[in-house]
Amino acid sequence: MAKFIIKRLLYSVLILFFVMFLIYVLMYNMPTSFVETKARELASRPGATKSYTEWLADLNAQYGMDKGVVQGYFVWLSSAVRGNWGDSWQWTVPVLEKFNNTVWYSFALGLVSFIFEVIIAIPLGITAAKKQYSFTDYFTTVVAMVSISLPTFFLATLLKYVFAVKLGWVDLTGMQGRDYQFLSTFGKFLDLAKHFALPAVTLTVIGIGSLMRYTRTNMLEVLNSDYIRTARAKGVPEKKVIGKHAFRNTLIPLVTMLGGMLPGLFSGALITETLFGIRGIGYASYYSMTQADIPFIMFYLAFISVLTLLGNLISDLLYAAVDPRVRLS
Amino acid sequence: MSEVKDQMPFEGAEKDSENLLVVKNLKKYFPIKSSFFKMTVGNVKAVDGVSFAIKKGTTMGLVGESGCGKSTTGRTILRLQEKTDGEVYFDGQDIFKLSKEELRKLRPRIQIIFQDPYSSLSPRLPVGEIIAEAVREHGIVPKEELDDYVTRVMEACGLQEWHKNRYPHEFSGGQRQRICIARALALNPDFILCDEPVSALDVSIQAQIINLLRELQKEFGLTYLFISHDLSVVEHISDTVGVMYLGNMVEYAETEKIYSNPLHPYTTALFSAIPVPDPDYKMNRIVLQGNIPSPANPPSGCKFHTRCDKCMEICKNKAPEMMEVEPGHFCACHLYDKNVSEENKETKEN
Repeated sequence: MAKFIIKRLLYSVLILFFVMFLIYVLMYNMPTSFVETKARELASRPGATKSYTEWLADLNAQYGMDKGVVQGYFVWLSSAVRGNWGDSWQWTVPVLEKFNNTVWYSFALGLVSFIFEVIIAIPLGITAAKKQYSFTDYFTTVVAMVSISLPTFFLATLLKYVFAVKLGWVDLTGMQGRDYQFLSTFGKFLDLAKHFALPAVTLTVIGIGSLMRYTRTNMLEVLNSDYIRTARAKGVPEKKVIGKHAFRNTLIPLVTMLGGMLPGLFSGALITETLFGIRGIGYASYYSMTQADIPFIMFYLAFISVLTLLGNLISDLLYAAVDPRVRLS
Repeated sequence: MSEVKDQMPFEGAEKDSENLLVVKNLKKYFPIKSSFFKMTVGNVKAVDGVSFAIKKGTTMGLVGESGCGKSTTGRTILRLQEKTDGEVYFDGQDIFKLSKEELRKLRPRIQIIFQDPYSSLSPRLPVGEIIAEAVREHGIVPKEELDDYVTRVMEACGLQEWHKNRYPHEFSGGQRQRICIARALALNPDFILCDEPVSALDVSIQAQIINLLRELQKEFGLTYLFISHDLSVVEHISDTVGVMYLGNMVEYAETEKIYSNPLHPYTTALFSAIPVPDPDYKMNRIVLQGNIPSPANPPSGCKFHTRCDKCMEICKNKAPEMMEVEPGHFCACHLYDKNVSEENKETKEN
């Protein structure tokens, strides 16, 4: 087991090295260049002392863009390995600081909607499978279809129209109410929760469909297997047939899917965050990308890559934990 | 045609306390639904009026080619699926009239061993738990004795105590079937339905399992319904044999009688296919023409008439009833119906 983990971690490091290199090459060759934009801006300022080309050469040297791709990558890598992720060009603060300021909003949003997704979708999927082809089953299928097909922006707009415009229960956008500064700690928490309600609902509704259908499919497969018939024939109460025999076996594919969701908790939700004015990592990373802010993007994507690799590893470990047939070696 | 079947030879058999299991005119249809409106457009008549009785402590073999409804009969008897029509009496009580809870209470007495030992054991439970679970659930032995009890049952089935904490995938096919048997046996059943318990196993293992089943029967006084398509195995283990064709039982008798003197043309054809371990023996095989007809659209009259070499005019129109041709030997064929035979002669003369 320990050997397996070490081996996988070593592989992960190798994968990470190449993934980051690929990303660096892409970022370096993007049609948008932060340096060029900056140079043009500085050169066209009234009273500019240097021309565009002079500024460009100057800035290239300052931002370390005068080296080749490969050399640039290794410069980035050597400082990154030492924990120095540099300053964000766009936000003009250390990368880690900007990340730390934004990611937790996204994480809170992601976690809340993830928890709701799981506690709504999985029981719903199980019920639908238990009563296959019944009204309940068709009803949940329709709900799932709606959930999968609804575009985020449409649902978000609809929710805003009903709950913010018509009912006036929550603010239209933003993370804090007007009197946020004057609230007690608990009051601040409530205020935040109130502003996060609609985005969380949006993300949950969008996510439920596929998870529910996935649970249903797997549950159906298990319910039709011989060992469920064995359990019924030996007179195990139906509750235990579902809970002990069927659900445990349904867990196997579910766990793999849930393990893959780990990076999703930190990557943010661009559309939802933008629509609801939440300054999360989704929006920040998108904006950095359009501005070709290499240090920030490199850090963000490195972080997501690590989480993805970690998610896969955790999936495999959980897989072994829930399925006795799988023994890692 | 089905009215006649109500006066089956097994009328009132459930009142005889010697009969542990009585099945009367059991039917199981699977509806065929149109894909769009979910309207029932037809039925697959998997089991279409099957009757028999099994005496306590005996084994009945149920044979027939694949798709003839053997396994469906078995599963319906255990009410693992609902019937379409008919009655099943276990120890005098109609299984289909029991409530869910009553049925669950009765479950330990009627056990089943499935065909495929690879899929009939939950992969997530260790063997000890697979065997112990229902024992605990039904309170068959006190809690403190459960562990010893499971060990004893496992040993009776040729398994070792250290197998308890292992998972089913760690066993071979024969061992898994032993686990299935131990699982069934642990509930102290009166009746075990063996649904092709050896057809997924090697021949050498088959003999072991069959002998194990026989030993257990002697020791615990079990009653078996043994479903199989292997005629030699059935001859070896059964006291009585029923032959099924396309959802109907065509012949039913004691093993010796049916093997020495098969009456129904289908049985004759079936038995002519049993291989004989003698290279000089000239086998007189009757090869049936054509395929088994679809149970969704069975032939009119006798269902076998399309493939029967002794087919008469009447067979195409009128379904034969099950009748006692000689004492204890039932057959559903017009050949042995005196009235019909004479009628038929007349038509031939004309």
